[in-house]
Amino acid sequence: MAEVLVVVEHAGGAVKKVTLEMLTLARELGTPAAVVLGAPGAAAALTEKLGEYGAAKVYAAEDSDVDGYLVAPKATVLASLIRSTEPAAVLLASTQEGKEIAGRLAVKLDNGLLTDATGLSAEGLATQVVFAGSTIVTSRVTRGLPLVAIRPNSVTPSPAPATPEMATVEVALGENDRLAKVVERVAEATGARPELTEASIVVSGGRGVGSAANFKIIEELADLLGAAVGASRAATDSGFYPHQFQVGQTGKTVSPQLYIAVGISGAIQHRAGMQTSKTIVAVNKDAEAPIFELADFGVAGDLNKVVPQASDEIRKRR
Amino acid sequence: MNIVVLVKQVPDSGAERSLRSDDNTVDRGSASNVINEMDEYAIEEALRIREAHGGEVTILTMGPEKAAESIRKALSMGPDKAVHVLDDALHGSCAPATSKVLAAALSTLNADLVLCGAEATDGRVQVMPHMLAERLGIAALTGARKLTIDGNALTIERQTEEGYEVVTASSPAVVSVWDTINEPRYPSFKGIMEAKKKQVSVLSLGDLGIPAEEVGFAGATSEVVEHSKRPPRSGGTKVTDEGSGGVQLVEFLASEKFV
Repeated sequence: MAEVLVVVEHAGGAVKKVTLEMLTLARELGTPAAVVLGAPGAAAALTEKLGEYGAAKVYAAEDSDVDGYLVAPKATVLASLIRSTEPAAVLLASTQEGKEIAGRLAVKLDNGLLTDATGLSAEGLATQVVFAGSTIVTSRVTRGLPLVAIRPNSVTPSPAPATPEMATVEVALGENDRLAKVVERVAEATGARPELTEASIVVSGGRGVGSAANFKIIEELADLLGAAVGASRAATDSGFYPHQFQVGQTGKTVSPQLYIAVGISGAIQHRAGMQTSKTIVAVNKDAEAPIFELADFGVAGDLNKVVPQASDEIRKRR
Repeated sequence: MNIVVLVKQVPDSGAERSLRSDDNTVDRGSASNVINEMDEYAIEEALRIREAHGGEVTILTMGPEKAAESIRKALSMGPDKAVHVLDDALHGSCAPATSKVLAAALSTLNADLVLCGAEATDGRVQVMPHMLAERLGIAALTGARKLTIDGNALTIERQTEEGYEVVTASSPAVVSVWDTINEPRYPSFKGIMEAKKKQVSVLSLGDLGIPAEEVGFAGATSEVVEHSKRPPRSGGTKVTDEGSGGVQLVEFLASEKFV
């Protein structure tokens, strides 16, 4: 079977969950081969996990410049790997960087691309959910190989242990790959919470939370559920919660197993970022809020009473 | 500094949007069409740079005839002039073909800085800045929440999952911006009146030297096979809190095995 290249998303020496989803998907399409792009030593820390999810091969393209410049070096290395290995398909994560790499690859290889796919068949048909979750699209690449970016939380990762063969990829960069230099990376405390786009459960607060201080009741419920914390645009614009946690049309798109919307009315702006969540729960004082149209379970009431009571109840049940 | 701002006209994301049943493209006929919201932040950033460093701001749009409305709206914020790439053969263009057209138009404009929104609200693909950079052999600094200019050096701050990055490049470069970068101005009455007189050059594919078969449906590198409306969610339960709403919520979570 032909190889399916999976471009590994990783950070801090750990594989991101979307990579395990892509490996799981790749097993349906061919022989999964993971590609690690990073600084020297990046692949060694990731190989065991990649093998656990079925990577038959791990290509390691390691060079400090791959990490030291934005996107372009990764696309150059991948383009040359794709030309030499002629894979059946190339999967990337539908994150900002994953999409950007795919965009450069499409130009380099004169190849079509699809982003934000939630599935991909062996025939190369991709599923996409567009327009704030209102429309389902089936699409395919018609020039070149399927070059597809997969939205996180689209596939349930399942292990299929393999012992990956290691392959070193030569990193040959040109001047145009070294134009956008990363001069500083500043880590901000994210705490122990899971990453928003990868979390199985997300608890989000909106304007109704009322203040930055009151977001502690959202965080408390989130921590009891092992959830990530999100916020509506109204909440981030009001300064209640940092902008990077915004869920919606101008923020992150999430697709967790469970999404709890607290004090969020459910404007299209917000729905665009969470409508494909599997189960949706809403708490809002306005019983007519549009969020209830989406909710599998809704509580019309004061979030300052309902949410702390829910947190207490979860503690009692432990 | 010679700045070009990429502006896309999109169907209003606050209204019902759909794909056409005849050719599977975005329905731009029945929806109300607006400037892609994120592009307004790019226009604002360009105007602030012009105010601080001097120079000229040009709007570049590829789109059908009705995109001219968005171009006038963009000009009413204060840019100097606009270029509208308009050609019937462009209908149905994929992202790579769009980047080919925009890159060709940009190479006629001699820009020191190309600014655009980090994504368009219709496709949300986010690939255009890097596609253009790839074609033009210039740097792409994407997802800026802050942009500083010091002579030839452009430096951005961009949010990442782990924190933020500081990335630098020399002009010319493409920089895409998020809505955290500034607060766009509203067009003034004077701005609206002046916009009517500003120059909008129209370029065809022939003007750019691009054969029609390389764009539109003829040159598409991907296709929509089919599309359907997602059925609305239904069957939910709503309770009114009468003192036990939180407990009821947890009972629901337990029934779904989340607790």
